[in-house]
Amino acid sequence: MAGAAAVNGGRSPVPLVALLLTGCSGIQSSLDPAGMQAGATFRLFELMIVMCGVMYGAVLLFLGASVWRVRRQLAAAPAIEPADPGLGKGLWAWGGVIVAGLVVLATGSFFVERALAAARAREALQVRVTGHQWWWRIQYRTPDGRWIETANELHLPAGRTARIELGAADVIHSFWVPNVAGKMDVIPGHTNVIDVSPHRLGWFRGQCAEFCGAQHAHMAFDVKVDSPAAFDAWLAQQGRPAAAPADAIAARGMAIVTGGACGLCHVVRGSAATGRAGPDLTHVGGRRSIGAGTLPMSRGALQGWIAQPQALKPGTMMPAVPLDGADADAVAHYLETLR
Amino acid sequence: MSPDERERLHAVWADRPGLLGFLGTVDHKRIAARYIVTVVGLLFLSGMLAIDMRLQLSQPDMRRMGPQQYNEAFALHGSTMLFLISVPVMEAMALWLVPLMLGARNMAFPRLAAFSYWLYLGGVLMLWLPHALGITPDLGWFEYPPLSGPAYSPGHRADIWAQMITFTEVAALAASVNVVATILKMRPPGMTLARMPFFLWAMLVASLMTIFALPAIMLATSMLIADRLVSTQFFAPAAGGDVLLFQHMFWFFGHPEVYIIFVPAVGFVSSIVETFSRRTLFGHVPMVLSILAIGVLAFGLWVHHMFAVGLPRLGNDFYTAASMAIALPAGLQMFCWIATMWSGRPRFATPLLWVIGFIATFVIGGLSGVMTASAPLDLQLTDTYFVVAHLHYVLIGGALFPLFGAFCYWYPKATGRMMSERWGVVAFILIVGGFNLGFFPMHVLGLEGMPRRIYTYGPDMGWGTLNLVATIGSAIAMLGGIVLTGNALISLWRGKPAGADPWGAPTLEWAARSPPPQHNFEEVPVVTSIAPLWRHGDLPVMTGLATDRREVLVTSVIDAVPQYRHHSVGPSLWPFVAALATSGMFVASIFTPWAVVWGAIPIGVALVLWFWPRRPRSATGPLARR
Repeated sequence: MAGAAAVNGGRSPVPLVALLLTGCSGIQSSLDPAGMQAGATFRLFELMIVMCGVMYGAVLLFLGASVWRVRRQLAAAPAIEPADPGLGKGLWAWGGVIVAGLVVLATGSFFVERALAAARAREALQVRVTGHQWWWRIQYRTPDGRWIETANELHLPAGRTARIELGAADVIHSFWVPNVAGKMDVIPGHTNVIDVSPHRLGWFRGQCAEFCGAQHAHMAFDVKVDSPAAFDAWLAQQGRPAAAPADAIAARGMAIVTGGACGLCHVVRGSAATGRAGPDLTHVGGRRSIGAGTLPMSRGALQGWIAQPQALKPGTMMPAVPLDGADADAVAHYLETLR
Repeated sequence: MSPDERERLHAVWADRPGLLGFLGTVDHKRIAARYIVTVVGLLFLSGMLAIDMRLQLSQPDMRRMGPQQYNEAFALHGSTMLFLISVPVMEAMALWLVPLMLGARNMAFPRLAAFSYWLYLGGVLMLWLPHALGITPDLGWFEYPPLSGPAYSPGHRADIWAQMITFTEVAALAASVNVVATILKMRPPGMTLARMPFFLWAMLVASLMTIFALPAIMLATSMLIADRLVSTQFFAPAAGGDVLLFQHMFWFFGHPEVYIIFVPAVGFVSSIVETFSRRTLFGHVPMVLSILAIGVLAFGLWVHHMFAVGLPRLGNDFYTAASMAIALPAGLQMFCWIATMWSGRPRFATPLLWVIGFIATFVIGGLSGVMTASAPLDLQLTDTYFVVAHLHYVLIGGALFPLFGAFCYWYPKATGRMMSERWGVVAFILIVGGFNLGFFPMHVLGLEGMPRRIYTYGPDMGWGTLNLVATIGSAIAMLGGIVLTGNALISLWRGKPAGADPWGAPTLEWAARSPPPQHNFEEVPVVTSIAPLWRHGDLPVMTGLATDRREVLVTSVIDAVPQYRHHSVGPSLWPFVAALATSGMFVASIFTPWAVVWGAIPIGVALVLWFWPRRPRSATGPLARR
């Protein structure tokens, strides 16, 4: 049964399709599933490809044959409503084939839909993701009921189901990590829920899939699937306040971040920076990228981002902060040490 | 008919010369030709936008367009293609062909046809004049709130888009009512519904669908304008509004819209297949039933555009089944066309080549449609390049290819000259080949995670190669479009004279001269078969319509029994003036709600003068002059 096979997450039943699609794997690809939901959907896709391929072949064959056949007889009077007994039966048969094919596909689709819904019954990690123009706020609920906040980087434990509650702060977005699961829209005034059960460790990437304004293209996030133990350690570490500056340059950076413009929009837990409009920076140095997937994390990238956000991501809500070279370097250094 | 009478008939139906004649004409052929010239111009502009976007995406991290420019480009491309090209061009084909195929002298409401065009032109200018001034809508062809609401889209870009919809939808409603009335009440004697050519069925169904679908989008955009202009809260979640309401209304129109574009194309394909296979369409009755089924089913599957919004899963399963069900009538149509060729004696002129290109391309779009119809699979496919590929396969492969075929097929009738077959084949190969090269890779890009509507992507995503292939393919297809247009223009004076019936076709339009005179036919043809020009002997005609005033024959709906001779109105400037007044109100209502009140006055005046009765009062009966 399609659904059962889908849930078990077995090997592809259609090696040919798998072969054709080899080389299509990637960190943001629905063809390289690393989770239960994406796996079930991928197997449905393989079923579709095979059945639709057969149908397309049949149409082309019939079309080709009808073109090939005609060469013999030409230039007779046109026929008005000729009797077509054979073709009449063919029409019925063709209709029967279509109906049978559609029944199979609709049934497969129905079972996969059930498989996606079934995850809800399980014990789950609770995560809240909020879409902002143009970044993601991510909050985890700990077993003791606290919420731990981070941004633009989603960590998930392998082998467990995470229930992700989706909320929008402004306009409609769509949460999509193709390797793990299909997408779910993030809609103001509605709370949508998507369950994800990743089973393969590694880095993946998600991206907003609903047009949300100027920087829709740069509204991505990194996804890390960890072993449960590594995930728990990561979450505990994320829960701690920011580390104190280790050297003089970092201390200067911290003074600028907490005393200047940064703290109006960003929070660095354990410091005087308590803004809520932008991403939480408490452990920003430990993330893989900045600007919601715009640049890979590095000291230089941080400097460039602080000085010229509108050049790197035109339209972003982050204003350019006028700092001299030494100050910018100090801020970048401080943020980089916030791991 | 004596030469004397013929001359009188000609004089009665002639337009006045000069500007007044130009603005006042109610000749359905002139009006339709204006539509088509406008559409060809817009197709070129829209194609340039597409090439612009493809160049931007051809490599990762391209900087030739910023996000604002790119967002404007896809918004303008989509809005133009869907609202200003696809639907209007099908109406134009109906306006041009329906009276000719009915052996009639004009549409049922000639001035309404003129009004449709002028208002449609207003919609075109509404979108493109502001673009020339740098005020371009930048939120796609769908403009979902709250992004298009007052909080996130200040200024007038969103209003321009919403009011452009109002223009084109009023024009489309007017045109559709006209087509339905003409098909139902102006068929020639003997053309019962059972003997009506399939093309007319297709146009009838498409027009009825237009009438039922378009009010939903006009309501949605009017509510959006109200939210923006007078602070209603239909789509404001904070005040109890719901943004999904807009999506439901948009797609309640948006999905039937796809079939409003596709069903006329089914009509073109059927006409071409029939003529070039030298036999009447196999399965006429199943074909008619299948477009009726499509016309009904199309209204029951709009939710498949909204599988990712988080509606209940059981409901999603229902819409999955409904969406897949539409593959049955579409698949049966495929069979009927191929079976017609199979059992006929096809002649492979360019129109039939386009049909073959259509089948080979559109079936891919139909099958990818079956995939996106599956709710769980659609969660991976929707809003990715897979859907970009799917919708272009369906709309270009499924509607534009048949349209190009129809263009080549009826070109000799419209101009009296043949297009070059050689250049026709060149254009066919370039467009079909370029299109498939350009759009097939997009399926894979979507599966590899490339979302729609992004202005750039990083080099590490691995999407560069396929995007480059897509760009090259699109450019080849665009080149083919230029060849096709060039062929049409050059053939206007270099083409061989066509004669009345160059293809040996079965339907009545080929009994008129090429190009048809203003009154189309001298006598009303009488129909005794589904293929009136293929039966032996001369076409029987009915005499008795006046030659000294504009008269058309009105017949009964089902059996086409002659009922009365109807006075067909002549040229008038009032449709133009009424369209101007309506345009004034639409434009001004972007700025102030009071425009709706004050703007209604000039519209009312124009309509009163338009409909002012000019016939002499009867000498008998209850309204007689005493």
